[in-house]
Amino acid sequence: MLEKTWWMTSHIETDGGGKIPRISTLLTQKDKLGHLKVRSGIRRTKYSVPPGLYGVGNPDSNSPVLVSANYKLSFDKLRMELEGMDAWILVLDTKGINVWCAAGKGTFGTDELVKRITDVKLDRIVSHKKLILPQLGAPGVAAHVVTKKTGFKVFYGPVLAKDIRQYIQAGNKATPQMRAVRFPLRERLVLTPVEIVGVYKPVLIITLFLLILDLFGLDIFPVKDLLPYLGAILVGTFLVPTLLPWIPVRAFALKGFLLGIIYAFVLNISLGYILSPDPNWKQALVFFLTLPALSSFLAMGFTGSSTYTSLSGVVREMKFAVPSIIIAATLGFGFMILMLFVRF
Amino acid sequence: MNNRYLKNVVTLEYNSDKCTGCGICVDVCPHAVFRMENKKAVITDRDLCMECGACERNCPFSALSVRSGVGCAWAIILSELKGKDQPCCDCGE
Repeated sequence: MLEKTWWMTSHIETDGGGKIPRISTLLTQKDKLGHLKVRSGIRRTKYSVPPGLYGVGNPDSNSPVLVSANYKLSFDKLRMELEGMDAWILVLDTKGINVWCAAGKGTFGTDELVKRITDVKLDRIVSHKKLILPQLGAPGVAAHVVTKKTGFKVFYGPVLAKDIRQYIQAGNKATPQMRAVRFPLRERLVLTPVEIVGVYKPVLIITLFLLILDLFGLDIFPVKDLLPYLGAILVGTFLVPTLLPWIPVRAFALKGFLLGIIYAFVLNISLGYILSPDPNWKQALVFFLTLPALSSFLAMGFTGSSTYTSLSGVVREMKFAVPSIIIAATLGFGFMILMLFVRF
Repeated sequence: MNNRYLKNVVTLEYNSDKCTGCGICVDVCPHAVFRMENKKAVITDRDLCMECGACERNCPFSALSVRSGVGCAWAIILSELKGKDQPCCDCGE
């Protein structure tokens, strides 16, 4: 028997499968706080629920079976949509990873689904032979193989849990709207904290290193001079994801470069390094080389968070982007170090 | 608003001779790459494909093939560094 947690309310007695935990469809403060934490990138891969069968409402042998991943955020998004419904939820062991990513890795997959159906004795709990899977689980699951091995027929439900009620009410029919993956502003914004948190370690190390140099009176590179680079990091991890569809180029590295070069221009002008009576061409050149390289690199990293980039496409853009970024960054930082030590 | 990625790059291949018109590819594709026409699947816009591999895996008649994988620059860099042949999502692991 599973250890009781706050989102389990009681048990459902079944004839063939024993006691099944009944779960709440309401999210508590604790759930919401947990979501905030993982959205900030804190212990994201440790946020899981035990795999197995659960029930909401008063499910019986005719109730629908919904399959989910054991990433708690995915599981919560599903259960909160089931208020007032009677249904079974079959949670696969995806190692705490969401449906789409787990399907890509194969953990939300044919073998795990077949194993889980057998483990919970699903054929003794429901009398029908239908499973509803999230559509985004399809890259990992071969529906016809599941049917061959278990007798259960796979119905691919909507992409988003919020459409599940309408899907079931329509007799397991999804509208084209329910089937399409989009990437609206809200979804892009919710991903940016993880992008930003992803680079905090190197930033912290460099900042500490420079602080120590400062403390020893080695005034080589004052910490405040890091600010332009922090700006470039924000361009790559926040501004590019936010403005994504409106930046008029397709390659992500190029999107980052374009915004990075605009940022470098604005910065150089506002600091009086260019287009001023007393220009500082050397410093301006360092910014023009390093800032777009940094934002371009980080923007390229957002391909993994986006919902429409292909492996072949990313490989193609990287062939040009990675060498260009390395050359620009090497020239820029090399020039900067030369300026610091040679003081020409 | 329109999210479109690079042109003429995806590896999706479709053999209409093998298609029986079951329509599962239309169901599983997250970017509406397929449409049913005269009881056969047709490709609407190949460039919309993100190579997730859902259609290939679910086509019972092997009418579809695609080199599936993650369109993630970090994963590709990591797989190069670690010498893996297939980039995969290992974020935070």
